[in-house]
Amino acid sequence: MTIRHLFKTSFTGLRTNRSRSILTILGIVIGITAIMLVVSLGAGAQNLILGEVQGLGTNTIAIIPGQVSTSPTNVSVLYSDSLKPKDVTALENKANVPDLVSLMPTVIGSDSASYASNDYQVTIFGGTDLMASIFNITPSEGQFFDQSDVDSMSSVVVIGADVANYLFLNQDPLNQNITIKGRNFRVVAVLPKSGGGTLFDFDSMVIMPYTTAMTYVTGQKYYNRIITQASSDVVVPVAAADIKLTLEESHGITDPTKDDFTVQTQQSLANTLGTITSALTWFLVAVASIALFVGGVGIMNIMLVSVTERTREIGLRKALGAKDRDILSQFLLEAVLLTSIGGVVGIILGSGLAFVIAFALSHFLAVNWQFVFPWSGAILGITVSAVIGLVFGGYPARQASKKSPIEALRYE
Amino acid sequence: MAENIIEVKNLKKSYHDGVEATIALAGVSFDVRKGEFMAIMGPSGSGKSTLLHLLGLLDTPTSGTYHFDGKNITSYDGNELAYLRNQKLGFVFQAFNLLARTSVLENVKLPLVYSDNIPEREWDERATRAIEAVGLSNRLNHDQSELSGGERQRVAIARALVTDPDVIFADEPTGNLDSKSGKNIMSILQRLNMKEGKTIVLITHETATAEHSERIIRLMDGEIESDTKVKNRLSADSEYVK
Repeated sequence: MTIRHLFKTSFTGLRTNRSRSILTILGIVIGITAIMLVVSLGAGAQNLILGEVQGLGTNTIAIIPGQVSTSPTNVSVLYSDSLKPKDVTALENKANVPDLVSLMPTVIGSDSASYASNDYQVTIFGGTDLMASIFNITPSEGQFFDQSDVDSMSSVVVIGADVANYLFLNQDPLNQNITIKGRNFRVVAVLPKSGGGTLFDFDSMVIMPYTTAMTYVTGQKYYNRIITQASSDVVVPVAAADIKLTLEESHGITDPTKDDFTVQTQQSLANTLGTITSALTWFLVAVASIALFVGGVGIMNIMLVSVTERTREIGLRKALGAKDRDILSQFLLEAVLLTSIGGVVGIILGSGLAFVIAFALSHFLAVNWQFVFPWSGAILGITVSAVIGLVFGGYPARQASKKSPIEALRYE
Repeated sequence: MAENIIEVKNLKKSYHDGVEATIALAGVSFDVRKGEFMAIMGPSGSGKSTLLHLLGLLDTPTSGTYHFDGKNITSYDGNELAYLRNQKLGFVFQAFNLLARTSVLENVKLPLVYSDNIPEREWDERATRAIEAVGLSNRLNHDQSELSGGERQRVAIARALVTDPDVIFADEPTGNLDSKSGKNIMSILQRLNMKEGKTIVLITHETATAEHSERIIRLMDGEIESDTKVKNRLSADSEYVK
């Protein structure tokens, strides 16, 4: 029997048992669609999160007060006030951390801002003009404050889009004064709407020089976070180690396990987040695989029923000269064709759905969500469905080929 | 005397279902000449179907020898038997056994799909010729379900003819047909026997049908009861031949 006729025979077999074929394909389609959807959405989420993190710049190193707990039993004290101005002085000393090019102490607080009769609860973010470059933000109008504003503790603010809308309604906020804690701050710039997709929600933020924030708003003598930038990606680990040593010395700490601060690089954050999201994705793939396995058992059932129902046909084919091998190939190919068709339909359906979801997320929720065609899911899907066809179709096909022609012909 | 195409000696077949063995064929010996038209008769359970299945290589005997065309095929394996069934034997069944939802032409071509030596370009021509031989040229592309019982059996005969076999086994070919269609089938079988020299082994329980053949073997309880020549052979076209 030629390959061409093997295919023709198998296709005819599937076509003459149309509804059964469609039901079988459906089982596989659902499994593969689930896998494709999960892998695609997982990759999309991973890209989104990593994009956010890497958007901060991979040469960025953050210093956080206290220890990021590595285990639940590690009861570390939250040294929330451990980062002091003397630390900044120590870090700014080129001899201590030669690879550091810039440094920005930040303070974070929350307060209400008012203009005329309007009040709005805002996040106060104290920083320097480095904010603009580190977070890649450009005002839609006005100019970001500069280093001289920081040095002179100017009462100037950059406000987020939501703050501008709530306080000023349709008025132009530029050069108007808003009131926080009874003090007037002049609006020097307004940020464009960023949407809810970023790690930092700049829309409801009021950004001012950290010196101003510490003196007039939060009243604190410590920093919530120090953000630094190394001269390049490559020297980040060296710079991070130098920062650690410098701060330990500045804080008089000799045992590194007792550090009252944590040095966090974007790379380590990205790695951690990447590990978490991919673990989640593979967990969901495992769940989807169970669906696929159930589909496979369904195929075996249907193929066994098919073999029983078509026993007379098998007997006839054998009587007309079909060899065991011909029958085996026919039924095996039918099973593999069913699962492969199911696989292809599932891949198209799954990636189509993932595309629609990606489109909806980025379009209606203003999330910066990129559609990812899940190649790994597609390859996995096709392979798994073909293997399911071979394995779960193999047993019934063997049963079919082993039948003696006369037993098969006599079968009622 | 012409050469024998079939020679069986002491052919036995028994079935074991758990504890008891049922003897279907208790040991039969006979020859079939090349070009002979033979009928096997007997009541239900006499072993006539079992014998046809053994002769048609659809089943293997428990003991005894079977020479087909001079070769001892008792020890042949599955593939060799499949080859012989495909090339040397043709089958016509009582229940027609055509493929469902398949055209007349495709049904007739089915044995060619399993033949390794007939090139594909000859398939259509061969199938068309076989369909012509049973007078169904106008039904070539009809689905088999659109055909009457008699026509379906003629398709089955065309399918049996398509590989140009030496022997045609017909298992109660008129059993499911009215007398007119049955006569038509017998006429075709007689013509194939006389004009094309095909050896035909027919199973029937109707004496009138059996008398279209040259020779009748009667079975009873798995043994040959009688083996006689038909004196007044019926012709499906006119009353008598010769």
